[in-house]
Amino acid sequence: MTSPLEQKKIKITGPSVVTANRTWDGIVIYRTAQQDWSAKLSDAAIVRTSDEARALLAESVADDIGAVGAYIAPVEIKDSGKIKPGNLREHIRLQGVTINLPVPA
Amino acid sequence: MPLVKDGKISGDAFVHVADDAEISGDGAILVSAARFLEDAEALSRRAGRTGVIWPNNRDVDDLVPYLDRLAVVALVFPSFRDGRAYSQARLLRERYKYRGELRATGQVLRDQFLFMLRAGFDAFEVKKPADAEAFANTVRRYSVFYQPTGDGRMSALHRRMMLRHSERANP
Amino acid sequence: MYAYDELDRTLISERVEEFRDQVKRRLSGELSEDEFKMLRLQNGVYLQLHAYMFRVAIPYGTLSSKQLRRLAHVARRYDRGYGHFTTRQNIQFNWIKLAELPDALSDLAEVGIHAMQTSGNNTRNVTSDQWAGVAPGEIEDPRIWSELLRQYTTLHPEFSFLPRKFKFAITASAHDRAAIKIHDIGLRLHKNAEGETGFEVLVGGGLGRTPFIAKTIKSYVHGRDLLSYVEAILRVYNQYGRRDNIYKARIKILVHELGIEKFAQEVEEEWQQMRATDTALTLDDAMVEDIRSRFTYPAYEKLPHMPEELKKAAHDPHFEAWRKNSVALHKVPGYAIVTLSLKPVGGPPGDATADQMDALADLADTYSFGEIRVGHEQNLALPHVARRDLPALWKALDKIGLATPNVNLVSDIIACPGLDYCSLANARSIPIAQELTRRFANHETANLIGRLHINISGCINACGHHHVGHIGILGVEKNGEEFYQITIGGRADENAELGNLIGPAVRYGDVADVVEDIVEAYLALRERPDELFVDTVKRLGVEPFRERVYATR
Repeated sequence: MTSPLEQKKIKITGPSVVTANRTWDGIVIYRTAQQDWSAKLSDAAIVRTSDEARALLAESVADDIGAVGAYIAPVEIKDSGKIKPGNLREHIRLQGVTINLPVPA
Repeated sequence: MPLVKDGKISGDAFVHVADDAEISGDGAILVSAARFLEDAEALSRRAGRTGVIWPNNRDVDDLVPYLDRLAVVALVFPSFRDGRAYSQARLLRERYKYRGELRATGQVLRDQFLFMLRAGFDAFEVKKPADAEAFANTVRRYSVFYQPTGDGRMSALHRRMMLRHSERANP
Repeated sequence: MYAYDELDRTLISERVEEFRDQVKRRLSGELSEDEFKMLRLQNGVYLQLHAYMFRVAIPYGTLSSKQLRRLAHVARRYDRGYGHFTTRQNIQFNWIKLAELPDALSDLAEVGIHAMQTSGNNTRNVTSDQWAGVAPGEIEDPRIWSELLRQYTTLHPEFSFLPRKFKFAITASAHDRAAIKIHDIGLRLHKNAEGETGFEVLVGGGLGRTPFIAKTIKSYVHGRDLLSYVEAILRVYNQYGRRDNIYKARIKILVHELGIEKFAQEVEEEWQQMRATDTALTLDDAMVEDIRSRFTYPAYEKLPHMPEELKKAAHDPHFEAWRKNSVALHKVPGYAIVTLSLKPVGGPPGDATADQMDALADLADTYSFGEIRVGHEQNLALPHVARRDLPALWKALDKIGLATPNVNLVSDIIACPGLDYCSLANARSIPIAQELTRRFANHETANLIGRLHINISGCINACGHHHVGHIGILGVEKNGEEFYQITIGGRADENAELGNLIGPAVRYGDVADVVEDIVEAYLALRERPDELFVDTVKRLGVEPFRERVYATR
C-alpha cells in the first residue's frame, strides 16, 4: 500500500484499473472502456500490460475537469469474472473505512 | 504573453536580448544576470533603458550598486509554487529602495497577483490572457491586510490604532 | 476568548469569496488541478482516499460555544455527522464535497471560523497550551501572542509559497503542553530581569522522515521584536530552504545542514539589516494591549476549593475515578480545568459527533462561560468550571459519552486517521487504537499503570507524533501486509526526546499483544508505583523491554 502517488514508472504486476476521485464531490471512480468514469468497479476497464495501462492513464489524466488524482491500481479477477480490489488500500477506497463510523450512515 | 503594467494590459517596450546577441542602438533591452554582470558598468550607463532578468536563486545584493541606473529588474517564478522572488522583491523595494519597474516573470497566475503587488511588483508577464484581463478585479479582492509591506497599505494593527485614536478624539 | 473585530471578519469573508471564485474556475476547467491544488491546500482542502478532507482552523485551540455549534452544523449539513480533532488543535471533516465547500466556509465565517493556511507550504495554525489563560503558574496568556502571530502570518505575501509547511507553537508554562520542541519555530514565553515579556526562540523541530528536536536560536527576544525576528527566520528559510526534494525541504533540514550557530548568524544578520531600515514590524505596547483587550476573561466568583457538592460526590467511586484524571487545578481558587476524553473504549480517537458537539456547547454555556478548548492530544477541555459544578457536569458528560476516565492513561491514545482515511498512509492506525482501548479498558489497571502516552502514525509523515510517544507505533508496509514498528521512551514536553526502536516490526494482529508485553515489563521493572513508564525506560534503556517482547517471537 505504498502511496501510489509516488508511482513514477508504470509497471503493472497483473490486471489493473485506473482509479481517481470525482472532482466536484471527491467520490471514488474507475475509468471505463468508454472514455468515461463510473463509481462501480465492475464497470472499470481492465488493463493487462504496461502499454495499455499507460494509454488508459494518459486518457484519464486528460480529463482534468472530471477527475482528480488518477493512478493505476491492482485488481483481482475471480473465476466468476468478478473484479475485486487488489490490495487493502483499494479495498478501503471501494468499501469505505474498516471501522464503524461514529454516526451510523 | 500579455504584460500588465500599472494595472492594465500594455505593450512591452523591452526586448529580450540573448546572451550571445549583439546590443546595438538605444533600444530598451532586457539581459540575463550573467550578461549584465560581465559588463555592468557599460550596460548600466548605455543611453537606452536597460533591464536585468535576475534568477531566484541568487542574492539581489550583487545588483544593488546598479539599481539606480536600471529601468527594469525582472524576477522569476519558475513555478508559481517557488516563492523566492517574493523575498527578493521586498528586499529590492524596501531595503534597497529600488524605484524602477519590478517585473514578475515565469509562471505568473491570477491568484498570486495580489501577493506580488504587495511584495513590490508593478509589472507582470502574465501566463494566461484571461488572467491579465482579470487583473484589476483580482487585486481588489481584499481590503484588509494583516501585515505591513512596502506597498503603503496600512496593516490591520495600525488601522485599529487609528480607529481607537479617532474614537477617543471623537467620542 | 478573542473577539474578532470588523477587520478580522472582513478578511475572512474576502477569503471565502476568493475561494468561491477559485472553486468555480476549477469546476469550469479554467484552472487545472495542478494550478488549483496549491490554492485548495491554502484553504485546508485535501484529497484523501474516499473523498476530500476539510481541515478547519481552531486558532490556539480556543472555541466559543457558538462556534462549536457551527462546527456541528457543518458536520451535519456538509459531512457525515462527525468531526475529528487533530494533533494541531484543528478539526477535520472527512467527506466534504468540493462544490459545497464555499457554502460551508461561508457558514463558518459567520462565527469567525476559517480554514486559512491549514495546509500548503505556508505558515500553519499557531498552536498553544490548551490550558492557556487558566493554568496555575502560567507567566502570561500565550494566546495573545499566538493571535498576534496568527494575524501576522495570515496571507503574508512573502511567505505564502515556502519550500514546505511551517508550524509554530507557544508555551508560557514550565510544563510544556504545546510540544514546542517538535515545531519549526517553538516559542517559550518568559520575562527578562526587568520583568518584560519575551521569548526563547527555538527552531528546526519536526517529526516525519527525519525527526529533530528544536534547538535554541536565541534565548530572549523582547516581545516587541517577536514579529520582526520571526520575519527574519522566515526570510532566511524562504530563500535558502531546499526546493529540490520535498523530503529535505523543512527548516529543520536547513538548520541541520548549516548548523545552529551558522543558521543563527544568518538570521541575526538579516534581522539587524531589517531593523536598520524598517520598524514597521516592531510591536508597541498599544498594539499588544489592543489585542489583549479583545481577549475576554470570565467574571469569576469567589468560590471555595471544597464545596459541599464536591464533598458529597467524593463518595461515588465512578465520579472519583473520573475526577482523578480529568480535573486539574485552576489558577483561580474554586475553579477547575476539566479535560474531556474523546477516547472512548472501542472508539476512534479524537472524533466527536455533531450531537456531542451541540450538547457540549450547551454544557460549556452552563458550566464554562461558553468556552471550549482543543488539545493536541485530541481531547477537549472546559477551562472555567466551578468546582461545585463538577458532579453535575460529570453526570451530563457521562450521558453524552465524554467522560471516559482515561485522560493521560494508556488508553488515551493519540492516533492519525491512517489508512482508513488518508491517501498517504501505509497502514491503519484507528483499529490498532481501538483494540488497545479494549485491552486496557479496566480503569483500575489503567490507573495502576499510570501516565502513559501511546502515539500511533499510519506512515512516516508522523501526524500521530509517534516519535515522541512514550510508546510509539508506526505503520509500515511489507509485501502488501500491514506491519508496525514500535518505539519507546519518546517525550513531547519540555524534556522532549525521540523514542527508540525495540526491535523488528510486528504484524497488525500482534500489536496489541506486544503493547501488553511492554506494559507488563514496565510494571515488573519500575522502582516505585509512581515511577512513570517513560522514566523507567530512561533508567533501564530499551533492552529489558526488547527481551520481554521478542523472547517468544
